[in-house]
Amino acid sequence: MAAARVVVAGAGMAGLRTAEALRAGGFAGEVVVLGDEPWAPYNRPPLSKEALKGGVEHAGVAFRQRASVADVDWRLGTAVTGVDLHGRSVTLADGSALDYDALVAATGVSARRLHVDGPPPEARAGRHVVRTLDDARALRAELVPGARLVVVGAGFIGCEVAATARLLGCEVDCVAVDSHPMVRPLGIELATELQRRHEAQGVRFHLGTGVRAFAGEERVRGVVLSDGTELAADVVVEALGSRPATDWLEGHGLDLADGVLTDSALRPVVLDAAADRVGPLDGVAVVGDLARFPNHRFDDAAWRVEHWNIPTETGRRAGAVLAAHLAGEGYEAVVGADWTVLPAFWSDQYDLRLQSYGMPSLADPDGARVLEGDLAGECVVGYSRGDDLVGVVGIGMLREVNAYRDRVGRGAGVPA
Amino acid sequence: MSLKVVVDMDVCQDHGQCVFSAPDVFQLDGEGHLVLLVEEPDESLRSACEDAADVCPVQAITIEG
Repeated sequence: MAAARVVVAGAGMAGLRTAEALRAGGFAGEVVVLGDEPWAPYNRPPLSKEALKGGVEHAGVAFRQRASVADVDWRLGTAVTGVDLHGRSVTLADGSALDYDALVAATGVSARRLHVDGPPPEARAGRHVVRTLDDARALRAELVPGARLVVVGAGFIGCEVAATARLLGCEVDCVAVDSHPMVRPLGIELATELQRRHEAQGVRFHLGTGVRAFAGEERVRGVVLSDGTELAADVVVEALGSRPATDWLEGHGLDLADGVLTDSALRPVVLDAAADRVGPLDGVAVVGDLARFPNHRFDDAAWRVEHWNIPTETGRRAGAVLAAHLAGEGYEAVVGADWTVLPAFWSDQYDLRLQSYGMPSLADPDGARVLEGDLAGECVVGYSRGDDLVGVVGIGMLREVNAYRDRVGRGAGVPA
Repeated sequence: MSLKVVVDMDVCQDHGQCVFSAPDVFQLDGEGHLVLLVEEPDESLRSACEDAADVCPVQAITIEG
């Protein structure tokens, strides 16, 4: 019998971690990783932070790889366009097919764009997004001192880009439909304070407003707000969140409403009664930003979580599950094992370091409370839902916020 | 070759995530700065050290040997 082959669709952090976990789980067969970008796996958070400020080079953000994956067949610049889940074969952009014994869906997300009148949504027209290394390179080249930047969107990436651009000497306006920057993940108290700090650094916010159009023809020269106000712009960044890359998985009865719905073993769940079978699909795993998975640390619902540690955590889980599936040993025990994760991410804005654990967005509307420190300085903010601490965020105070980490989740109680 | 842990202190930003993975190897001192407790940990800590390298947000940790 020929050695088994695992195809990993997606060469980001989740694809890399899954490949490493397959080896750690004892899988010695062939691993082929397909990536649409030309780059080996790299770390994306710096692309809106220090790497954007200092100059964007792949060597500076590339992930170190374990020796166990030295024999992985990396096919970079090779996008996956379709899959036959029953015939176990993926289709590549050049029309060729690649058979697999097990499949990992790690295609992640792409940056959302605004669909309004104006110049085309391209970097050379001055309209940027920040998702890939090439995106960040193109943006960096335009963030020269004195350049007028308009950031559309006031989530973490929008605010990080705004902060970095100020440090680079750009004029910065930030436009968002939200009432405050980062208000959806962080709540009104912390968001109000962070807005104050950005304004103290010279960022001008235009909140509670949408964008009607971009001014300019070949190249952007302004941003027209809902009320008709036009902000002059040399450069625009659209930081409007993401769209899961699920097109290639359509037509198989999977739930693709927001990423791919999976069970706790990260197997995609076939829901369509017209399909041959209904339920989790063995031999396929969904990882990283793409996966919408149940996490019993918080509740019984399935969530898609774009936090930095999720590719690593889901990659490890998927690697263990698929290795057991391919070995035909101990599979039920691995699948049935209790598996939960604590989402975590950080954000750097100016000299501020935010560290988050858990899912603050699940908190009750009045569930945020300063646990330690001072909102105007350094602090730890706890987020509660009922009697559970569902998230904790530190502004500075790293040792203090880290001390709350194990108390986040269902049943641990809210700190007094 | 025995296990060796190297932290690039020019890159490290004291996130402290490694401490959760390998508390016998990494620690934050009283001022929140990272301290590498053991440069050549026992082989039994290899997996924990590799996990620590994985979760470093700035990829400052290298496992040699």
